[in-house]
Amino acid sequence: MGMLEAILITIATAATPLLIAAIGELVVERSGVLNLGVEGMMVMGAVTGFGVALISGSPWLGFLAAILVGALFSLLFAFLTLTLVTNQVATGLALTLLGLGVSGMLGESFVGLPGVKLGSIYIPVLTDLPLVGKFLFGQDPIFYLSLLLTGSVGYFLFRTRAGLTLRSVGDNHASAHALGINVILIRYLAVMFGGACAGLAGGYLSIVYTPQWVENMTAGRGWIALALVVFASWRPWRVLAGAYLFGAVTIGQLHAQALGIGVPSQLLSSLPYLATVVVLVLISGNRRLTMVNTPASLGRPFVPDR
Amino acid sequence: MRIELVKRPQRSALFSALSPFIALALTLVAGAIMFSLLGKNPLDALYYYFIDPLREVWSLHELAVKAAPLILIAIGLSVCFLSNNWNIGAEGQFIMGAVAGSILPVMYPDFQSWVVLPLMLIMGMAGGAAYAAVPALLKTRFNTNEILTSLMLVYVAQLFLDWMVRGPWRNPQGMNFPETRNFHEYAILPEIWASSGRAHWGFIFALVAAVAVWFMLSKTLRGYEVKVLGQSPRAGRFAGFSSAKMVFFAFVVSGALAGLAGISEVSGAIGQLRPTISPGYGFTAIIVAFLGRLNPLGIVAAGLVLALSYLGGEAAQISIGVSDKVARAFQGLLLFFVLGADTLIHYRIRFVATGSRKLEASHGNA
Amino acid sequence: MKKTILSFATAAAVMAFGTLAAEAKVKACWIYVGPIGDFGYSYQHHQGLLEVQKELGDQVETAYLESVPEGADAERALERFARSGCNIIFATSFGFMDATNKVAGRFPDVKFEHATGYKREHPNVATYNSKFHEGRYVQGVIAAKVSKTGVAGYIASFPIPEVVLGINAFMLGAQSVNPDFKVKVVWANTWYDAGKEADAAKALIDQGVDVITQHTDSTAPMQVATERGVKAFGQATDMIKFGPETQLTAIVDDWGPYYVKRVKAVIDGTWQQHDVWDGMKEGNVVMAPFTNMPDDAKKAAEEITAKITSGEFNPYTGPIFKQDGSEWLKPGEVADNGTLLGLNFYVKGVDDKLPQ
Repeated sequence: MGMLEAILITIATAATPLLIAAIGELVVERSGVLNLGVEGMMVMGAVTGFGVALISGSPWLGFLAAILVGALFSLLFAFLTLTLVTNQVATGLALTLLGLGVSGMLGESFVGLPGVKLGSIYIPVLTDLPLVGKFLFGQDPIFYLSLLLTGSVGYFLFRTRAGLTLRSVGDNHASAHALGINVILIRYLAVMFGGACAGLAGGYLSIVYTPQWVENMTAGRGWIALALVVFASWRPWRVLAGAYLFGAVTIGQLHAQALGIGVPSQLLSSLPYLATVVVLVLISGNRRLTMVNTPASLGRPFVPDR
Repeated sequence: MRIELVKRPQRSALFSALSPFIALALTLVAGAIMFSLLGKNPLDALYYYFIDPLREVWSLHELAVKAAPLILIAIGLSVCFLSNNWNIGAEGQFIMGAVAGSILPVMYPDFQSWVVLPLMLIMGMAGGAAYAAVPALLKTRFNTNEILTSLMLVYVAQLFLDWMVRGPWRNPQGMNFPETRNFHEYAILPEIWASSGRAHWGFIFALVAAVAVWFMLSKTLRGYEVKVLGQSPRAGRFAGFSSAKMVFFAFVVSGALAGLAGISEVSGAIGQLRPTISPGYGFTAIIVAFLGRLNPLGIVAAGLVLALSYLGGEAAQISIGVSDKVARAFQGLLLFFVLGADTLIHYRIRFVATGSRKLEASHGNA
Repeated sequence: MKKTILSFATAAAVMAFGTLAAEAKVKACWIYVGPIGDFGYSYQHHQGLLEVQKELGDQVETAYLESVPEGADAERALERFARSGCNIIFATSFGFMDATNKVAGRFPDVKFEHATGYKREHPNVATYNSKFHEGRYVQGVIAAKVSKTGVAGYIASFPIPEVVLGINAFMLGAQSVNPDFKVKVVWANTWYDAGKEADAAKALIDQGVDVITQHTDSTAPMQVATERGVKAFGQATDMIKFGPETQLTAIVDDWGPYYVKRVKAVIDGTWQQHDVWDGMKEGNVVMAPFTNMPDDAKKAAEEITAKITSGEFNPYTGPIFKQDGSEWLKPGEVADNGTLLGLNFYVKGVDDKLPQ
């Protein structure tokens, strides 16, 4: 494996959980709901994914559990914000707080145990191709799933009728309701999809990325995922670009350090965040581009008139 | 069965007053269940959470110490949120306020005079305001989403502080540990009532800010502008209000208050700059702002309640061995119930049997 | 109300019989900067608490607070402990130093023990620390024996003297075997973030290091090393479970013996203020079994460990040169503890720059 390829794979591993969580949140926000609880749902996915994989010995069961728990946990948020129309920002933050607490409680007995790892795939001949074989054909299955997810969500949102319906709910819930669309039901489904994705992303951390459980192991990645959605102006392929850009800068600064370039490590560590801001400024300069994509009803509560 | 909300013609004064108590009752019940499941006596646990920290004077002081930054930041955020500006980066503004306010005692330790402290407070506010002006500028000039920029700047501020205290500002007598020199006596924010505990003037600032912002919001044209632009930018523009100016106003006010909180915490409670000066006050304050229903006076109460839950969490951890994760989960529950109960203020809740709608429909067809 | 009366009664009882405490239980309390679930620094201190419980049984009552932020919260946590009847309080992080001294001034009857700092402003404050760098020296020796590329990777947390001390000791140990040995340092700017530490390990391995050591707490670098087929050292705890074929050895922080000794001193009434910096000799720093290495490396490691443990050898013995080539310690000269505690420069050969 060449150095360049190894670096690419490292970047892909760093970007995959961000991508998955962000794609989920993108669907949620496209339906007009802002769920700031990504970090909480992710960490819940991480702890259950780890635990189930450990107990059952099967990483796949772990992923399944992570997805389920993420979706169930998001239901709490959905009930409060959609049925009881509570403030979405505050409820999302509360969800994060609850997730960090509950995952810590659940995970107490998992501390210090090596987890079950989901390995990389191997396809004879293809994986052994020089230069790109391992990057294209030799990564973990979830990496491929994340790409598939990005593509399908893009297709779903912009090429199907159901996707159009979801976007119309996010753009103007009142007129969508007037057309007979069940706004609340669609938003429930979108929130649960977002929860499932966040759960999967958490499971990726504790089953593939670093197969172990440590408290707060998401370490702010849920927030980065949230930022990526805005960064991508709610377009799936731009989320992918953003996640890989963020991953590349993160890994790049570590390499810069290992090369000993003598710049303060704090400055290097802050590069991914600064880069995100700079790119965002460049993108948002184009008003037409961003205004078209922003879901107009984002964060606004909806109560059907009766 | 479905749950249906029916909007009340106007907000219910009854539930406005009652909802905090409903939330508290629900939290107590849910907490009792949770503690029983963990094998703890629920009454003991609730006692340590809510009563024990209020029993002693020193502990009340600690409550004020913990609540002061939460309240100060949350009051500023309420102006932001009411005007529809989503400042998520108060944590960064808190840190930058603390750094800017510490310039005098750290770089000019020999300049000792009574003017130092007022200057520090002003510089702290300026530092926080300037840092908050960055997302405001990007939003108005480049149409950049402020949630993202303000959040990213938090990480940058944390790393900047880290670099300062390990590099240029490191205490020359500090054995090369990452901290600045200790502030001299003129740079210390005094205690309110030193003989009984360590609550400092930061708490007074919080109360003053609460009253001032409450007055601004409810009695002045500027406050009206905040709310109009927040609810409908279009209507605001027709009224001749500038939303770009409002973005700056909201961010600068909240940045200045976060900066004041930062320098008060450093000069009042810590006495020097360290790599970490905030356990996430800027984020917790967002919750406080909403718990207080974005009303400055409500925020004072909300800040005290949240501070109490931290102190109570510690008391429970020591006395009956409830881990701090339980404390965090408990806080999450409390928030859910408070938010949920507030729904009753604006809506009546109706439980509808699933069959009835069909009945209605068939009736309509007939 | 009933509670209040009860606790007044308890307080009165404590006051009346306080002097007869030898009969009563001694209460020992700990505050940790991280969660005990970090499987690293705070976890190891908590293991020390458990050992106190095991060794002293009925004579002692324990309590702890985890995830106490360094800042305004530390002072409150310490005061709460002092007021809740703790006889001895262990503040286990450097950042608790000023808070410990402030609270100690207000509670002269309570003993305070602060880890890894230097201030003792009151007679009831003691300081304790461990010479982890002794273990780092052994690691350096092993790394130079095992490495084929002649380059090791070092994942560091924050540039504080303790970490710098470790990097230098590792370098010195490696140079004692191979004078041209190289160390690449990456600062993760975190004590534990499994993902980030894994990324750092991967970056180092991609740049050609074949031995990884870390001064951060998670086991992620060990797992990455296993995956990539290089060797690694465990940190703070024995991480052999995470890399049965990978771990060469680990520096195990064993605070237990010290805690037992100090709590016992309170029980016996012989507690005294001190400033100790224990290491291998006193059993604070323990090397996990030497595994996954050839016999000559193992032999060299055992020899140097024995020499340090017996006190025959101090890793910081001259001749040692600073990074810029100037002489720091003359041949045979041993660095004094004061200099080491505040160490802020690299020795010759380290390929990194410290923030000044």
